[in-house]
Amino acid sequence: MAERSFAREVEDLKLGEGEIFRGEGILAITKALLQSGVGYVGGYQGSPISHLMDVLADAKGVLDDLGVHFESSASEAAAAAMLSASVMYPIRGAVTWKSTAGTNVASDALTNLASGGVMGGSLIILGEDFGEGSSIPQERSHAFAMKSQMWLLDPRPNLTSMVKAVEDGFELSEASNTPVMLQIRIRACHVHGHFVAKDNKRPTFTLKEALENPRRDVNRVVLPPASLFHDKEKLEQRWPKAVEFIRSRGLNEHFGPTDGDVGIILQGGMYNGVMRALQLLGLADVYGNSLLPLYVLNVTYPLVDDEVADFCLGKKAVIMVEEGHPEYLEQSLNTILRRRDIATKVHGKDLLSLGGDYTTALMVDGLRSFLKSHAPRLLGNQPPTPDPKPVLENAKVKALTEVVPPRPAGFCTGCPERPIFAGMKLMEKELGQHHVSGDIGCHIFSVLPPFNIGGNTMGYGLSGAGASAFNVKADKRPIAVMGDGGFWHNGLVSSVGNAVFNKHDGVILIVDNHYSAATGGQDILSSRAQNPTRSTNNTIAEAVKGVGVKWLRQIDRTYDVAKVRDTLKEALTTPEEGPKVIIASSECMLNKQRRVKPQFNQAVKGGKRMVRERFGVDEDVCTGDHACIRLSGCPSLSVKHTDDPLKDDPVAAIDNSCVGCGNCGEVSEAAVLCPSFYRADIIYNPTRLDRIAATLRGLFIGFLQRRRASRQIAFAA
Amino acid sequence: MLQKPSNMAPRLATEKPITVAILAMGGQGGGVLSDWIVDLAEAGGWVAQSTSVPGVAQRTGATIYYIEMLPPKDAKPPVLSLMPTPGDVDVVLAAEFMEAGRAMLRGLVTPERTTLIASSHRSYAVTEKEKPGDGTGDPAVVVEATGVSAKRAIVFDMQSLAEANGSVVSAAMFGALASAEVLPFPRSAFETAIRAGGKGVEASLRAFAAAYDRAREPAGKAPSQQLPAKLLPPLPASDPHPGLNRLLDRIRAGYPQPVQPMLFAGVKRLLDYQDVAYANEYLDKVEAAHRLDAAGGGARRGFAFTAEVAKYLAVAMAYDDVIRVADLKTRASRFERVRKEIGVKSDQIVYTTEYMHPRMEEVAGTMPAALGRWLEDSPRLFGTLDKMINKGRRVRTGTVGWYLMLHMLAGTKRFRRRTLRHAREIEHIDRWLDLAGKVIAADYELAVEVVSCRRLVKGYSDTHARGHSKFDKVIGQVSRLQGRADGASWLNRLRRAALLDEEGKALDGALQTIDSIYGDKAAA
Repeated sequence: MAERSFAREVEDLKLGEGEIFRGEGILAITKALLQSGVGYVGGYQGSPISHLMDVLADAKGVLDDLGVHFESSASEAAAAAMLSASVMYPIRGAVTWKSTAGTNVASDALTNLASGGVMGGSLIILGEDFGEGSSIPQERSHAFAMKSQMWLLDPRPNLTSMVKAVEDGFELSEASNTPVMLQIRIRACHVHGHFVAKDNKRPTFTLKEALENPRRDVNRVVLPPASLFHDKEKLEQRWPKAVEFIRSRGLNEHFGPTDGDVGIILQGGMYNGVMRALQLLGLADVYGNSLLPLYVLNVTYPLVDDEVADFCLGKKAVIMVEEGHPEYLEQSLNTILRRRDIATKVHGKDLLSLGGDYTTALMVDGLRSFLKSHAPRLLGNQPPTPDPKPVLENAKVKALTEVVPPRPAGFCTGCPERPIFAGMKLMEKELGQHHVSGDIGCHIFSVLPPFNIGGNTMGYGLSGAGASAFNVKADKRPIAVMGDGGFWHNGLVSSVGNAVFNKHDGVILIVDNHYSAATGGQDILSSRAQNPTRSTNNTIAEAVKGVGVKWLRQIDRTYDVAKVRDTLKEALTTPEEGPKVIIASSECMLNKQRRVKPQFNQAVKGGKRMVRERFGVDEDVCTGDHACIRLSGCPSLSVKHTDDPLKDDPVAAIDNSCVGCGNCGEVSEAAVLCPSFYRADIIYNPTRLDRIAATLRGLFIGFLQRRRASRQIAFAA
Repeated sequence: MLQKPSNMAPRLATEKPITVAILAMGGQGGGVLSDWIVDLAEAGGWVAQSTSVPGVAQRTGATIYYIEMLPPKDAKPPVLSLMPTPGDVDVVLAAEFMEAGRAMLRGLVTPERTTLIASSHRSYAVTEKEKPGDGTGDPAVVVEATGVSAKRAIVFDMQSLAEANGSVVSAAMFGALASAEVLPFPRSAFETAIRAGGKGVEASLRAFAAAYDRAREPAGKAPSQQLPAKLLPPLPASDPHPGLNRLLDRIRAGYPQPVQPMLFAGVKRLLDYQDVAYANEYLDKVEAAHRLDAAGGGARRGFAFTAEVAKYLAVAMAYDDVIRVADLKTRASRFERVRKEIGVKSDQIVYTTEYMHPRMEEVAGTMPAALGRWLEDSPRLFGTLDKMINKGRRVRTGTVGWYLMLHMLAGTKRFRRRTLRHAREIEHIDRWLDLAGKVIAADYELAVEVVSCRRLVKGYSDTHARGHSKFDKVIGQVSRLQGRADGASWLNRLRRAALLDEEGKALDGALQTIDSIYGDKAAA
């Protein structure tokens, strides 16, 4: 990994039997993989599982010692296909990605994997990005489990349970010859907790052994008639085996009393929230004691029908706590009860909400109305529940809606993508608004103020394909924007190759910031860093030329706003046919600063002459119209109120977080804004020559300044 | 493992965890603060759990970190929640003032239990700072809401305090948290947590200590008053320079006391901009306006018209031209300010590079009026010259050659009054004041609004042109608003709308509303 070190986290992976692991959920899972004797790990980085990938990428020593192969897959599809190694060989493999985005990409491989089944334990760790703060569409991974007959684990969100789920998952996979998905919600991935570690295990069967002793079995290949047989095998053998394993190993858990008129069935991941809701209703305590029977589904697919029926038998009503929609579990519950003629009333999404986060407050309300209908006695002694309503209804608090601004994520200070969109905005001032097809990645922040550029995104690397219908004669051409991450994930073929083949006339703007920046700055094929374990420096330009792009412009400094504007103008107006590809390249500033800042400070400390650049605004020249901000949005470029009685509006101001990227100056030059910006070059450890020059210049300038000041008439006071 | 459930109803424990929510933006160190709090609790033998959704925080977005902590009991692990419940939060830490507002809007701050620890500094959101006018949210609203929401509030500028100690806001917030004594750990335990973190320990401890002490001081001025007050000193008794003394006399003799400081500010600006004669010219124009004001019943209205003219006429007469920019950029005071603003140490050298983009328009504007007009009327020549001139120039003000050039340009100020630009500006000023003067007899309030509309003219080049066109659009409504009871308030609304966005969409919307009410579009 390029600019961040995970050396400290790697130490956690070395913990042995009985030692206490303290840290994040996703790291606990990483450690659990090694404890389970995994043979290989792959995946595609993304929130919330990036840490798993990043730490393993830095853990070469640990992995080599254990004989574990790790790779950063080109895409989730590549990662899923990697599990193919477990089809014919008893090797445990694990892959990971962000779901459901990644599961969508991977589903072709998953379908084939699930069809033939596996011999070695195959675990798919899904970082579930659902609910508040999510950056992807709100869908459930559950559907993938159902359609392909893969098993889905959803453990209680504490480190011990999640680690156990990894170990159980491998065994379940092997017992039922089926790949197993382990779903971890975003907050659980980032939860800080602890568990008791075990020693890491070497894989019992290695990839090397497999390679040297190849096996084949035509019955595992997805070709008829085998594929039809697979379907039968899924239903008649693998499914029953899985159910038996889950039941006999007690993977689902019961809490609270055995008897009761009512009960709660819940996804494991919902456990802590449900317990807090019950505690607030006076029906549970913080140590896990509950007055209501709970049936916790650490495995949400398949259900163990008999277990479900047993739980419901003798109860007047149960409520299913199932986050996300549609209500697959609730439907199954109804089927199970109906088939057995059990009259227990089923509640769920009728009392909770159809979609969205199941917050504690929402569950308090839902459970309260459930109990009101079926066990009102239980609510007899309920303490007052926390209620923010009175304060939220206060006019003074309501007034906050007027002043509290939205604060979505945006481009970082000094981001090299900012000048690209500034250039595009300036182009629009001349050539008018264009259809802009967006992609996944940091550059999608361009849809927000102040740029307000770009429309829909169809998926990673698909911006070009998203504009493919617009291949008709018109006075304007579409612009597709994609990042280098998206380009290598899918864009080269699906967007660029597709455009070349279909003689598409549009513009494809590829933002090359040297990393997979949005997912944490991982290296990719075209990264400029020398990475000893990966092949980098494979340029995007060569790749697009390779698939037949003829019109290609490379901009090697995106901060040159005028050049970006002019190149775009050229691409939009050139008579040349076929896709017009612009590669706009500058290093991701977040990662650059991680590397450069320590080097700079080191050099200054060592007494070396160094120049730091940053920008400033002359507040008496600035008139406070903020045109510069509308072409920037940089966090370090803000406004400040002045004491000048003749100025109504706040003036622009740049704070010390400025990294001197140059965007402010270039924009004010290209857009002919005001001359209030200046760049300050601060010379650290100036040389003797620097000092002499500065002194002489100072003498000359000082003389002129004093002379003019003496002629200036001003009030004495 | 399958837990063996019992038939006996258990006795429920009454313990509740202490709950802490941190509202921060990316880059503010919310994660570090969260880790410190967890370390603090764990070192104290408590069980602590933290979580967050940090994906968006990486890039300046607002996010929440959430922590629960509780002492262990009979080795039974507690079941802690992964998200805050409105009305159930003990401590809210907000790393910025509007984020404190957000916490209140989400119901996380309630008067029964929440201690709110917030930094009063502002970090403006894009939607606030991109407005052509002042789009910043009013912090007084947050102050008001805090009064009704929080059980207790500790609010001060933790950002500046942290910066002054070479650290970041999270360290100061941790100090304020220790000082608040809402967590059952001694100060030394907090400091141990910082040391265990291992990064920037000394600076963090300094900021921590400063905030610890500051949080114990009685609450100071409400943060709403933190914006700098406008500098309007009273008139000096006299000045050694006879010309300046006469200016003082003119102000003192001609105007009621409340208007005098603004006139003094105007005179000072124009003196700085041009010379004594120009300041007198300014007073001449104000005087004319003041006479109309008095005739229009200004005495009863505190001479609001005169005050408004005093302010906006000074701004208008000190229009921004290349001469002015060169003058401001070459001053010794400016060199000093740059060093101070960017924190240059005495053993460092700094050079500034100005980003200038002169166009033929500006060049023609600085020429004698007749010559400038002739050039403008010769489009081919104008275009050819523009091609030579119109490009970005990086001016290195600290070097001899560039400085001398700017210095000489600033020196051309003595020819300013003969330039084309000056002629145009004065003509515009006269038309504007003339219109206001015509309105005042019939509608005093509307006349005051006409004067205030001058605020719309600002910026350079395209922005300036856009400002002018908005000004024209708004002023164009005066004829049909005149005589209406709500004429002045309409003009005021139009002016505010014009400052909401660059393209003037809000203004156009407001104009359409007027059309729909009054119907007579022709009047515009």
